Amino acid sequence: MSGAEKIQVKVTEITPLNELVTRFRFERIDGGHLPTFSGGAHTVVEMQDGGITRLNPYSLMSSPFDQSSYTISVRRDDQGRGGSLFMHQQVKLGDEMTISYPVNLFSLDLRARKHLFLAGGIGITPFLAQIKQLELLHGHWELHYACRNEGLASYADQLTDRHPNETHLYYDDQDQVIDLKNLLRGQPLGTHVYVCGPKGMIDWVRNTASADGWPEDCVHYEEFLAPQPGKPFEVRLAKSDKVIHVGENESLLEAIEREGVDAPYLCRGGACGQCETVVLDHDGNFVHRDHWLTDEEKAAGKKIMPCVSRFEGKALVLDR
Amino acid sequence: MSKFEFPKSIASRPVWGTLEPRQGEHHLMIADAEGAEAVLDIATPDLMAKTHLIYIPKGTDYVERLQALNPAQFYEGPSYEAALQRIRRVLEDAHMGLQVYLTGTEGMMGQAMNEVMTVGLPHTAIQTEHRGSAARRMQCVHCKGITEDVEVDPFVCSHCGLNLFVRDHYSRRLAAYQGVRVDAEDHGNLPEPKGIYE
Ligand code: FES
Repeated sequence: MSGAEKIQVKVTEITPLNELVTRFRFERIDGGHLPTFSGGAHTVVEMQDGGITRLNPYSLMSSPFDQSSYTISVRRDDQGRGGSLFMHQQVKLGDEMTISYPVNLFSLDLRARKHLFLAGGIGITPFLAQIKQLELLHGHWELHYACRNEGLASYADQLTDRHPNETHLYYDDQDQVIDLKNLLRGQPLGTHVYVCGPKGMIDWVRNTASADGWPEDCVHYEEFLAPQPGKPFEVRLAKSDKVIHVGENESLLEAIEREGVDAPYLCRGGACGQCETVVLDHDGNFVHRDHWLTDEEKAAGKKIMPCVSRFEGKALVLDR
Repeated sequence: MSKFEFPKSIASRPVWGTLEPRQGEHHLMIADAEGAEAVLDIATPDLMAKTHLIYIPKGTDYVERLQALNPAQFYEGPSYEAALQRIRRVLEDAHMGLQVYLTGTEGMMGQAMNEVMTVGLPHTAIQTEHRGSAARRMQCVHCKGITEDVEVDPFVCSHCGLNLFVRDHYSRRLAAYQGVRVDAEDHGNLPEPKGIYE
C-alpha cells in the first residue's frame, strides 16, 4: 500500500470559522496517542465520496506536541473537484475517517536565527503549528499575513492577541500590501523566509528574494496544487499490462489507483517527488503542473508526476 | 601560480569552489595570503564599491594591490584570531542579501565558514576558493589540541607532543582535519615525514 501509514480517527469537533473556512478535530478511534510531528507537516485525509475515494492533503495546525488530537482547517472551494465540499457538507461529528501519518515537506530550518513567515489566506495553517513549535523552543519569528478581508482572516484575532508584536495583518479590501522588498532587505543575516499561499504570492516572494541576493536554501515555500480537471485520455500501464482511461475530473494518479494498481505518493500535490513515474513512450503533449521536475525534465518528456499532471494526445505508456 | 589541485578523497573532506561575483548590495570578502589573487581575479570597480574586504597577509605582499581596488571598507588583520572580532561584528550587523566570499588557506576558510554558519547562513550560500598553501589545520584526537599550518605527515602535535598521522577526515565544527597517533602500537617506530600530498 502506498502513501504514509494510516490512522483511524473520529471527528470530535467541527467549528465553522467564517463563511469559507471550517476547522475539524480528529482523535484516534482506539483512544491512543497520535504521533508527534513537526510544524509544517500535513496529513492526507481519505474521503469516501460516493464511488470515489478522495485523498486530500491538509496542513496540521494544532500544536506538534499535542498527541491527543489533530486539527485541520479546510477552505471551501466551490470550483474545486469536491474534496473541500465533501469535508464541509458530508462530514459529521462522530464520523470515522482514515488519515495518514504526518508528512512534512515544509519544515522549519532550525539553523536559522530568525523565521519570517508570509501567509496568504488559508496558507496560514502550517504556520500555526510552526509558531507553537517555535514558542516552545523560544525561537525568533515574525508573521506577515495577507487576507482578502477581515471577515476571512482565519485565526487573525487569536494571533494578534497572543503575539501582538510578531503578527502583522494586511487586508486586500483596504489596499494593504506587504512591503516585501523592504521587509526582506531589513532581515538580519541568518533569517529564513517561509511562504504559503496562492501561487502568485509564492512566485512574488521567491523572485523578490532571489533578486535581492537571498540564498535559495533560505527560501521555503509550500503550495499544494489541487489536480485540475482536463480532457480525458488513455494510458497504457506497461508493467501491469493494462490500458486505463483517465476521466475529466480525476487525476492520473487517481485513475491508476481506481484500477487497483499500487502507485507511490505522499503529498498528492506535485511537491514531494514521490509519485515520479517513467514515461516509456508517448505521442502527444504533456501538461506538467508539478513543482518537482526541472524545466529540462519537463521538456524531455521522460517523466511525469501523475498526482497533478496530465497528457493530451494519442498515446502514453508508463512504466507502472 | 596560487592554485592547487587537491587529489580525490573521502566524502568528509571539504571541496572548495571558484569565486564568482554575485548580485547584491553588500559583499563580505575574507581572504588570507594568496587568497588575495582570487579577490584580484573577480574584482570590478562596481563590486568592490559594495565590498567589505578583510585580509590577513600572512607574510605576503598583496596589501597595496588590494587597497588599489578601492573596497568600500578594508581591514588588514595580523592574524585570523585578531580579525575574528571584526568578522563577528560585521556578521552581527549584516542583513540578508549579503554575499560572502572566503578565499585562501583551508584553515582560515573553515573557521570563517563556521562563523558565518553560526549566524544562520547555510554553508551552501557561502562561496569559497582555495589559494596558496595546502597546509592543514589539524586537531589531535588524543589531546584535542589544534596545530595550525601542518605541511608534513606525520607531524608532532604542538600540544601533547605525540606523533600524528594526517587524516582526510575533517570536522566542519572544528574546521580541522583529524590527527591520529601514528606509532601507537610500536612507540618510536615512525615513517619518514613527507609532504602531505607527496
Ligand atoms: S505525490 Fe508528491 S509529487 Fe506527486
